[in-house]
Amino acid sequence: MITRFLISGLDKRGLIFLAILAGLAVLVPLANLLIPPGSPFHIPTSTMSLWGKYLCYALLALSLDLVWGYCGILSLGHGAFFALGGYAMGMYLMRQIGSRGVYGNPILPDFMVFLNWSELPWYWYGFSSFPFAMLMVLLVPGLLAFVFGWFAFRSRVTGVYLSIITQALTYALLLAFFRNDMGFGGNNGLTDFKDILGFNVQAQTTRAALFAMTCVMLIAGFLIARGIVDSKLGKVVIAIRDAESRTRFLGYRVDRFKLFVFTVSACMAGVAGALYVPQVGIINPSEFAPANSIETVIWVAVGGRGTLVGAALGAVVVNYAKTIFTSGFMAPYWLFALGALFVLVTLFLPKGILGTAQDLWAKRRKPEPAAPVAEPAAAE
Amino acid sequence: MSQPANQSPVLTSSLLYLDGVSVSFDGFKAIRGLSLTIEPGEMRAIIGPNGAGKTTMMDIITGKTKPDEGVVMFGGSVDLTRLDEAAIANLGIGRKFQKPTVFDFHTIEDNILLALKSQRTVAKTLFWKTETPQQKRIDEILGIIKLGDARNRLAGSLSHGQKQWLEIGMLLAQDPKLLLVDEPAAGMTDGETAETAVLLKEIARDHSVIVVEHDMGFIRELGVKVTVLHEGSVLAEGPLDQVSANERVVEVYLGR
Repeated sequence: MITRFLISGLDKRGLIFLAILAGLAVLVPLANLLIPPGSPFHIPTSTMSLWGKYLCYALLALSLDLVWGYCGILSLGHGAFFALGGYAMGMYLMRQIGSRGVYGNPILPDFMVFLNWSELPWYWYGFSSFPFAMLMVLLVPGLLAFVFGWFAFRSRVTGVYLSIITQALTYALLLAFFRNDMGFGGNNGLTDFKDILGFNVQAQTTRAALFAMTCVMLIAGFLIARGIVDSKLGKVVIAIRDAESRTRFLGYRVDRFKLFVFTVSACMAGVAGALYVPQVGIINPSEFAPANSIETVIWVAVGGRGTLVGAALGAVVVNYAKTIFTSGFMAPYWLFALGALFVLVTLFLPKGILGTAQDLWAKRRKPEPAAPVAEPAAAE
Repeated sequence: MSQPANQSPVLTSSLLYLDGVSVSFDGFKAIRGLSLTIEPGEMRAIIGPNGAGKTTMMDIITGKTKPDEGVVMFGGSVDLTRLDEAAIANLGIGRKFQKPTVFDFHTIEDNILLALKSQRTVAKTLFWKTETPQQKRIDEILGIIKLGDARNRLAGSLSHGQKQWLEIGMLLAQDPKLLLVDEPAAGMTDGETAETAVLLKEIARDHSVIVVEHDMGFIRELGVKVTVLHEGSVLAEGPLDQVSANERVVEVYLGR
């Protein structure tokens, strides 16, 4: 049943996307490890980690597209779930440092010793175990989304109001995590990681493995999201997006369906954050910044809302552009460029890169009627 | 999904029983002391000038609006005022809106599939597979509403009249015990109106139906008992000829 659920609705576009990811997962680490640095085919470790970061963002964008593109829930706080997943991974990595920290305390991370704490707070227990930490990567964002969604969706908070409270959620977490007495390293966050599963985080081979793992998780995330949107539940969710009260009068409990996709999406964002942290080497409260969540919305809009593949594409394209922009003389103008991009895409490519490309493709092959792809109605 | 607490002893043999229902919005009494009963298998037409409370009455029956006072019972024993829209829909009350509301970005077939009687839980819909009898029923309904050839078109591309029909088809797929139909002939050509009347009469053979309509010709074609609403309560009730001869009715409605 699960296999049928995962592969049933794969179209050509999805297959191409999966093939590219599978290719990247194998070829990039090989080009990094086996081809000598002098060769033009060698991929430097820094480039590989940079692209690993893009793919984490792609998974985050995918998770947002699931709730925004298909269910019409414009979450302006998805960065919070990403950051929570990241913190769960960061806590595991901190516990792995052991006595190699600056203060050499075998139990307490450096920042706790610095704050004169005598013992580990209870919520840090268990994070020395990798399986436990991975469970928390899913559970913490998922539980937060569930509780938040439970109240918000049952009270029928929708549209702009919902967007504003998701924004408030991530901002509240930002302020909370800045506090030293929260026990998450205050504004410095968690960093100076040494090992993951006994392997050196900085080692080239570990980095290659992390990159491959990111590709695998993006594939898994895509298959799950595709499975959901192609199921009858996916049709219900689109129905909720386009005519919520009509769906209710058909007998569907709208709040439960929203809660389901919102929670799945938050777990996915958490996984993206967990993969992000060991590759960039740090997690701090700035990941909760409202601007990050808004940027995620821009990636999805640029790539094409309600297309899944487009969301991932948008995340990579915008972040690649950001890297180019912010490393040259144009660095001070990046935010202007990002704003302009959002305005231009909204005005001229309302369906995003992928939606527009698809329309052009459909026009060229006129005899065949355009496939009934779920395109979102006007933005919320 | 109804809680046992809602199951009180059978109080009436009527399918739908409204007694002394009142509701006001910001001081305006939209419904005042409305009483109405619908028998199983009955088809009833409801007419009344704008603001008579026709749509509000439907909102109360379907759980969108909670009445300030009064009794609303379904099937003799279920108190509808305690249930929400989804629970009421699952009890077997279907509704067609005044403005046709279909899912524009779904195909016609998917619109019917979404309405098709089935368990509405998250898990059941996630792992849903359309079996042969269900596919047959979908095909049958597409035939009845004459949209079989257009099944793969997006519902948003349909004409106004076709959307009305699709929505009636969705009601059929829901297979409710009671159908509430708000102005099914609005915006239709004369030919379409006549066909809609035939379709509704067909449906009324094995469902109870409440039709709200402005079009007198349409009501005449249905040939059923008529209830006239005025300022939130029942002004007159009976066969169309008798009702249209009533002086008060002529005064407030027909003779405008």
